[in-house]
Amino acid sequence: MLSDPKTFLPEVSNRTSPLVLGIESSCDETGVGIVRGRHLLANVISSSMEQHARYGGVVPEVAARAHLEALQPAIREAVAQAGVSLADIDAIAVASGPGLAGALMVGIGAAKALAVALNKPIYAVNHLVGHVGADVLGPEGPFDMPAVALLVSGGHTSLLLVRNMVSDVELLGETIDDAAGEAFDKVARILGLPYPGGPEIDRLAAEGDPTAIRFPRGLTLPKDLAAHRYDFSFSGLKTSVARWVEIRRDAGEPVPAADVAASFREAVVDVLTAKAIAACVDLGTPRLLLGGGVTANRRLREVARQRADAEGIDLRIPEFSLCTDNGAMIAALGAELIMAGQPGSSLNFGADSTLPATLVHVT
Amino acid sequence: MILAIDTSAGTSVALVSREGEVLAHWETGDTMRHAEVVGSAIARVLADSGTDAADVTLVAAGVGPGPFTGLRVGLAAAVAFATARDIPLLSTVSHDAIARGYFAGLGRESQASGLMVVTDARRKEVYWSVYSGLSDGIPARAQGPALAKPEELAKPEELEPVSGHSDSLVRIDAGSVSAADLALVALAEHAAGIVREFEPLYLRSPDVTFSAGPKRVVQ
Ligand SMILES: [Zn+2]
Repeated sequence: MLSDPKTFLPEVSNRTSPLVLGIESSCDETGVGIVRGRHLLANVISSSMEQHARYGGVVPEVAARAHLEALQPAIREAVAQAGVSLADIDAIAVASGPGLAGALMVGIGAAKALAVALNKPIYAVNHLVGHVGADVLGPEGPFDMPAVALLVSGGHTSLLLVRNMVSDVELLGETIDDAAGEAFDKVARILGLPYPGGPEIDRLAAEGDPTAIRFPRGLTLPKDLAAHRYDFSFSGLKTSVARWVEIRRDAGEPVPAADVAASFREAVVDVLTAKAIAACVDLGTPRLLLGGGVTANRRLREVARQRADAEGIDLRIPEFSLCTDNGAMIAALGAELIMAGQPGSSLNFGADSTLPATLVHVT
Repeated sequence: MILAIDTSAGTSVALVSREGEVLAHWETGDTMRHAEVVGSAIARVLADSGTDAADVTLVAAGVGPGPFTGLRVGLAAAVAFATARDIPLLSTVSHDAIARGYFAGLGRESQASGLMVVTDARRKEVYWSVYSGLSDGIPARAQGPALAKPEELAKPEELEPVSGHSDSLVRIDAGSVSAADLALVALAEHAAGIVREFEPLYLRSPDVTFSAGPKRVVQ
């Protein structure tokens, strides 16, 4: 009697250069990617961002409905792009957390059925560590470890110490309130700019003076640094921007939107890069990897580059299609796990919206 | 062979031959663990019936009505299985499976009564459908599926006549949907050339509030 569902799935047959299909559905992007070992074959991303625009932020139910609709076309397109057949796939990888539970469950349901239908093993992997996994697909090959990873998006803002991508990841710090991307969206609303806020603020900030207004840098005072050296907070910054704008509007004064945008962006970028660089220096780890959708921000890349150069830190920023949420990074992490000899997941895992970064994959 | 998956209530998965013989069936009434159990449920019906995944030629997906998060898990699994094996995906209304089970259980002579199927929609609401009988194995749905508050649900005598026997409408409140019955409805519809578009029957809009602009922080 087959009572243990784990026995339903076979072992990986190819551990040297596995062909892995990865599914990502933790937020508003449905991603299906295919890799062979460290070689990227397909990266299909379908975003429901436009559907969220009128609500000013990601609506979990809208995102989950869009995942289900996008699933079949994305799988088919990825297979076509990769020039492989589904029967050739060696393993399935899927992000099982952290993220929006209802959204994650769509990818999980699909990934499990794919694994059973193809009789292939499944790897339930950590979305955050997946952002680190994206790096191995770049032209320069895998980064030396250990490295510090700064992962910034609308859903997360985390600082990790990665000693080994598949077996030893430590969470140094994370946001204690809003994610950095969320702060961009909220400040964009204050300034009457459309969603998503990141690109809008970036565009407007280009014409503004980043030193015009000194907005607070969250958790950087000595008393905060004691307990939150590598943690972030953006809620106070957002409130501070709102207050500054309201006072001008109440007084009938014009609001210099470009200066507000530039000064706000500078505050976010300053804290993100200062803490990431400090971690590299403190830990004697001269390697910094960026990931997440907010890395599209020009100023963040610029300041990270300047500060990394000044400290002799090697900086890695994967190309944008691999920085934003995608299935290729999930497939890449799955392939790394397989090549490192790690076992697959049992079929019993569920979505874990708060999966800790230290858990690289769920067995 | 047809693989049927329904997560509109609990999780139910069945493997049925093209001739309508139920080869394996697995289900749980747990309405909170669809994502956890759906994969092993599929693996189990294949293993229990000694079937290779490659021998499955059709997939039936229970499209609801059902509460969204759970419903979607089964639909995602059904879509993925059909895509992986490159076989047709048949969209089947979950209430139709309940109706089929009821009518088939009655036997041939006693199908004179109409049927109202009611299932839990959560948030103190129910999903309902009305049937007039079974025709060539396909439940004849006269009304629904629709969403209502239990107290607003029409009493049998208030419903529009169901082909002549509105006065003998039977109501069943179902807590589960059988994937085996779903498979049988799907096979009957497939044989009759009935093709339904793949569309989840959420019957409810997402919970969203339009932004009224940012809140003031200066009081
Ligand atoms: Zn992400």
